[in-house]
Amino acid sequence: MYASMAGANSAKTPVVALRGVGKTFANGVVALESLDLNVREGEFVTLLGPSGCGKSTALRIVAGLSEPSRGVVEWPGDAGPRKLGFVFQEPTLMPWADVAANVRLPLKLQGLSEAQSRERVALALDSVGLTSFSGAYPRELSGGMKMRVSIARALVTEPKLLLMDEPFAALDEITRFKLNNDLLALWSALGKTVIFVTHSVFESVYLSQRIVVMTSRPGRVFKELAVDAPFPRDESFRTSADYAGFCRRASEALAGAMSAGGAA
Amino acid sequence: MSERALRIVLPAIVLALVVMAWDLVVRIGALPPYILPGPGLVLSTLISDWEILSGSLAVTLLTTFEGFLLAAIGGIALAVTFNQSRLIEYSLYPYAVILQVTPVVAIAPLLLIYLPQHAAVLACAWIVAFFPVLANTTLGLSSVDHNLAALFQLYGASRAQILWNLKLPAALPHILAGLRIAGGLALIGAVVAEIAAGSAGAGSGLAYRIAESGYRLNIPRMFAALLLLSIAGIVIFFALSAFNHLALRHWHESAVKQER
Repeated sequence: MYASMAGANSAKTPVVALRGVGKTFANGVVALESLDLNVREGEFVTLLGPSGCGKSTALRIVAGLSEPSRGVVEWPGDAGPRKLGFVFQEPTLMPWADVAANVRLPLKLQGLSEAQSRERVALALDSVGLTSFSGAYPRELSGGMKMRVSIARALVTEPKLLLMDEPFAALDEITRFKLNNDLLALWSALGKTVIFVTHSVFESVYLSQRIVVMTSRPGRVFKELAVDAPFPRDESFRTSADYAGFCRRASEALAGAMSAGGAA
Repeated sequence: MSERALRIVLPAIVLALVVMAWDLVVRIGALPPYILPGPGLVLSTLISDWEILSGSLAVTLLTTFEGFLLAAIGGIALAVTFNQSRLIEYSLYPYAVILQVTPVVAIAPLLLIYLPQHAAVLACAWIVAFFPVLANTTLGLSSVDHNLAALFQLYGASRAQILWNLKLPAALPHILAGLRIAGGLALIGAVVAEIAAGSAGAGSGLAYRIAESGYRLNIPRMFAALLLLSIAGIVIFFALSAFNHLALRHWHESAVKQER
């Protein structure tokens, strides 16, 4: 049934499509070379690769934060680069503003007043379980809670597409597992499309339906893996033989990508 | 004893010892007041001459305050302008530096020729005080978290929104540090200009009282005026520090007490 769901996904039109996207930085470094990627609606896709493989660059290009040197980013649906949420590796909160004000920022920048955004801010905070911390300042929060605030801020505009750039890389394992579960719950509840960047094989297998393994220098797609394990996934999946099997295949693909890319 | 108490008690002990030594030197050496007045005489002069001195204090403080205010406004406005326009920054920044590195004592007599006295004194206070505000604000405006800047870009923020909601709040700790330095410097600028003006035979600020008392060998009053200037400097510093703390107490590491 879930395999067929993945099949149904592939039939849908892509939310965003990268066609031959390349990026060469001013210093001559080729970060991306001819990257092709289709992301379908409702899909959870992970870009997996070693550090410096250009996966973050690809995400920034999708977000419109960086211009591709070659190729195009297409938005076949009605999403468009303005209807997305971005979660950085760091929580990237404004230290001078409390939690509610941080979450409200995207709405404020769109010109909505505090009264107009109150309900949506409350909803976003509720979805990450931080309602009672709306008046706290970022420095009073733990690393995991800050990341939740960051996710709530990305959700507050109700984007179709959520871009996440190694959001849990700096967290301890216990917090990371907890946030992995929470993210999956949010994903299934809200029906967002997620592009998730990580260098962790285990995280990529646990979270995603599809893993895009990238080579480094220059970054391009090395291999795609479907993770057709059923959702909802929980701790029993994390300890299952299936999970171990997917992880082995993903690790092998990653090792292949690294020898192909020539990176150590 | 707690850290906090030590920070108050130890300097107080040093002060008491210095005053006692000063008193002893005057008594044992039987020094006349026009060479070195004792601390008691300075204090009684402060009280007996309070009418003259307090009026002068008010004049100097007003000049300092006006100079500080202009320096704060001018420094921040100039830094924001520089931040918004590279061309203006490149054109004007060198001259801001030149204004800063030229000793204000040397500029003051010139200013007194071309400007009315009050304006000249004010200009001196401004010249000395504005640069730290400018330099700190410039640093603060350009030290914005680049991911936060990317986030603002992602949500299509306008230049004005980026300035008000991102750059200025991010620069606030730097701006306040600049203001704290500027407060003390505004006083110095005002005093320097008053001294320069005083030697030209006009003025009524505390520094003018010091110069005037010097000509009259009224050394106790010189000390009393100096004491008032020091106290004014200390009060300015602590007032600005308190303001700094109030403004940053929620979020900046410098103002937040660590619980361990």
